[in-house]
Amino acid sequence: MEQRVIEAEHIVKKFGNFAAVDDISFYVEKGEIFGFLGANGAGKTTAMRMFCGLSRPSSGKGMVAGLDIWSASEKIKSRIGYMSQKFSLYSDLTVGENIRLFGGIYGLDEERMKKSGDMLLKKLDMYGEKDVLVKSLPLGWKQKLAFSVSVIHDPEIVFLDEPTGGVDPVARRQFWELIYEAAGRGITVFVTTHYMDEAEYCDRVSIMVAGKIVALDTPANLKKSYGVNAMNDVFTIIARNAGRNE
Amino acid sequence: MIKAEHISKSYVSAGHAPVKALDDVSFSVSDGELFGLIGPDGSGKTTMFRILVTLILADKGVASVNGMDVVKDYEKIRNSVGYMPGRFSVYQDLTVNENINFFASLFGVDKEESMPLIEDIYGSLRPFGNRLAGALSGGMKQKLALCCALIHKPDVLFLDEPTTGVDPVSRKEFWQMLRNLRSNGITIMVSTPYMDEADMCDKIALMQKGMILALDTTENLISQMGNQVWGVSGNNMYKLLCDVRSYRGTLRCYPFGNSHHVFFNSQEPDISDFGNYLWGCGNENVKIERLEPCIEDCYLYITDGRRI
Amino acid sequence: MGMKKFISLVGKENRHILRDRWTMAILLIMPVVQILLFGFAISTKIRNIRVEIITEKRSEALNRFVSKLDANDYFIFKGYLNESSDIDSEFRKDKADMILHIKGNLDNMSGDPLQNIEVIADASNPSMAASEQLYSLKLIRSFFDRGMKKAGKKGGIHVKFLYNPQLDSAYNFVPGIMGLILMMICAMMTSISIVKEKETGTMELLLVSPTTPLNLILAKMVPYFMISCINLATIMLLSVYLLGVPVSGSLIWLCVVSVLYIFLALAIGLLVSTVMDSQLSAMLLSVAGLILPTILLSGMVFPIENSPAILQWLSCLVPARWYISAVRKLMIEGLSVRFAIMEISVLAGMALVVVSISLKNFKNRLA
Repeated sequence: MEQRVIEAEHIVKKFGNFAAVDDISFYVEKGEIFGFLGANGAGKTTAMRMFCGLSRPSSGKGMVAGLDIWSASEKIKSRIGYMSQKFSLYSDLTVGENIRLFGGIYGLDEERMKKSGDMLLKKLDMYGEKDVLVKSLPLGWKQKLAFSVSVIHDPEIVFLDEPTGGVDPVARRQFWELIYEAAGRGITVFVTTHYMDEAEYCDRVSIMVAGKIVALDTPANLKKSYGVNAMNDVFTIIARNAGRNE
Repeated sequence: MIKAEHISKSYVSAGHAPVKALDDVSFSVSDGELFGLIGPDGSGKTTMFRILVTLILADKGVASVNGMDVVKDYEKIRNSVGYMPGRFSVYQDLTVNENINFFASLFGVDKEESMPLIEDIYGSLRPFGNRLAGALSGGMKQKLALCCALIHKPDVLFLDEPTTGVDPVSRKEFWQMLRNLRSNGITIMVSTPYMDEADMCDKIALMQKGMILALDTTENLISQMGNQVWGVSGNNMYKLLCDVRSYRGTLRCYPFGNSHHVFFNSQEPDISDFGNYLWGCGNENVKIERLEPCIEDCYLYITDGRRI
Repeated sequence: MGMKKFISLVGKENRHILRDRWTMAILLIMPVVQILLFGFAISTKIRNIRVEIITEKRSEALNRFVSKLDANDYFIFKGYLNESSDIDSEFRKDKADMILHIKGNLDNMSGDPLQNIEVIADASNPSMAASEQLYSLKLIRSFFDRGMKKAGKKGGIHVKFLYNPQLDSAYNFVPGIMGLILMMICAMMTSISIVKEKETGTMELLLVSPTTPLNLILAKMVPYFMISCINLATIMLLSVYLLGVPVSGSLIWLCVVSVLYIFLALAIGLLVSTVMDSQLSAMLLSVAGLILPTILLSGMVFPIENSPAILQWLSCLVPARWYISAVRKLMIEGLSVRFAIMEISVLAGMALVVVSISLKNFKNRLA
């Protein structure tokens, strides 16, 4: 049996009477690219925050990287990487400074930091930009750099919250190649996105509506069971069925 | 009608080299057309919008909206166009109705007179009339911002990235609304980073780094591509991508949803040789087919190879 | 038509302020709290001065003096000390704020009593020590004056404090608080509210509309102007009825000067907003550039006359200095407006300059 790196059982997160996450159960296997989809306000970000150890569920059980999200949320943080569209790198530091900073935060020693940092810059073809302020990089580069930094410590899982929003098509594809490459190294990737073509790149996807997971399978199976050719159509059908009550 | 001729604009900030936001951009939009500026963040779309709605001045070039010059007649333009900046700029601490009423009185119009025009959009907002705009979902906020931009029945509507950060279903609905507005005779200029939305426009400009790479109807752009795009899929997509790229006849290959899109060096590639090669590399369930290209293929084809 | 648009702009501003309950509450309550704080918390300390007395001989006159001292609001009599007592340790152990050393016999004191009475005060807080000294001198003199009159002798030196006979500090800080609060609300809040529209992008919408920038600015100023007027009224009512500081001059001229000052502060706020692009930087600039100088250089806390020449010169640039000085003249000293013409013309001149710079600076385009 494959090793499970994320396991959620009946997780609920309530804010007052409102259940932002309403009884979700699923698992993610090691090395999998898991797409976590849903409309705005469906509860994706709330759920993701719980798996990253940033907040606790109201009820339910969960394991991330073999650690309990109730008792070991601090330890979880050192075993995962995180990157979001909004915040990823310090824009007023240079590329090199950001790499050193995050390497330091993730506890890399001097030697490993140098090695990983060099490797990273080489892979991204950004040696020449080492001393450039992050804010002057194009968005696509920034996001690729942010992703590479978030896996610099070889975490077991990396959480990506809409990492490619607004990125141009070419850079978006290069970004996904980085994801593939990380998954090939055994890093589990947990990703949310609004681009439905990106949902196709995932090994399995879940679709959330109003706090619940209403569909979870491989893109191929989902398309087959909804009788359509693209994930975009699957998503549209599910959202329409949900009635879209705000 | 909107006209821009040889527009250039650079931003200068202390201690940095000036950044060219727009570099000799020219285009025109006919009356009643739905025109799309398509390009990623930082390609100069917002700067172009701000020049046309008279918020900033171009360094070079001239532009006009319905015959009014964006520099000389700026007050007239401000009175007559509808503008929706990025980020759904409505007042978060006012309710839906207060926002609409405010913009109506700002333009000195009677809200009821504009109702037929915005009814389609306002309809779904009506139950939330007394809710603070800040408490609305992204899709609802977007509709409210559009209502506010339409309240004075403008002839020309400028929408800067109205669908960014909105989920796919709301995006689809939004484009349907724009199509309806266009049939009311309103000229619409809209920008988006989502390539799939280009199909909804009558004419598009593909933008990158402050330049227009292509300017035409979507049909023309696609037909110019010919039928040189092939789709390849298989069991292990990442391995397949690497193998396709290593094939000697491959010009470029990109992941593209459920298949990889391949451009070959020759117009008539030897597909059986290609298939054998992939099979020989150990790929299973390989499927190769000729595809109808889409706008994103055009964009990739035009832009790749440059460092972006 | 133009009026209707303007009213709708003002209505929108009012809603912004009214919706933000906490800010609203702080704006309205702040003057009350400051008046209470300065009026009571700070002056009670001065009121209960703990006094110990060193004397060689207890006499009838001394007993009378002590009972008079103890009955006075300002003093609390704590006890007698021996001549040999360690004065230093009394202060260090915080047993007393002031020690009176009475040499000789009070019953048959000849000449100036002050030559025989030594006032020792803890001057670690110099302004408090100075007040203590003044209060005690006054008490001693009044005691001996009466004693001498009784004995048919001619009275000694008479000390009279003009304008502020009770030596109440309230007289000093009321104009200061007025200057500070009006500057804070008008300049800081206006600049933040304009910059906020830049930050959220709504400024773009307002610019691409038939409104003129002037309308926009005036509409922003109206609600803050009103709040300032409410605050002005609050401060004046509290100071007259609670602290007993009278308005001895012309109320009308006091209001005129205040409105002029409010107008100037609003214009400064506008100027700040034309320079700054984020709410945070607007706030920092307001605090560092406006609020701190108002506190430090206006004469509100530290008398300007005692500062080095360069600071005195700098203080001339602080609007609050002129306003506070004018309020002191018009409200406390009860002088006619003729004596405040200097202050009024400086404020008016500043307003003119700031308004023209900021209107020129306010772009009807972005960046």
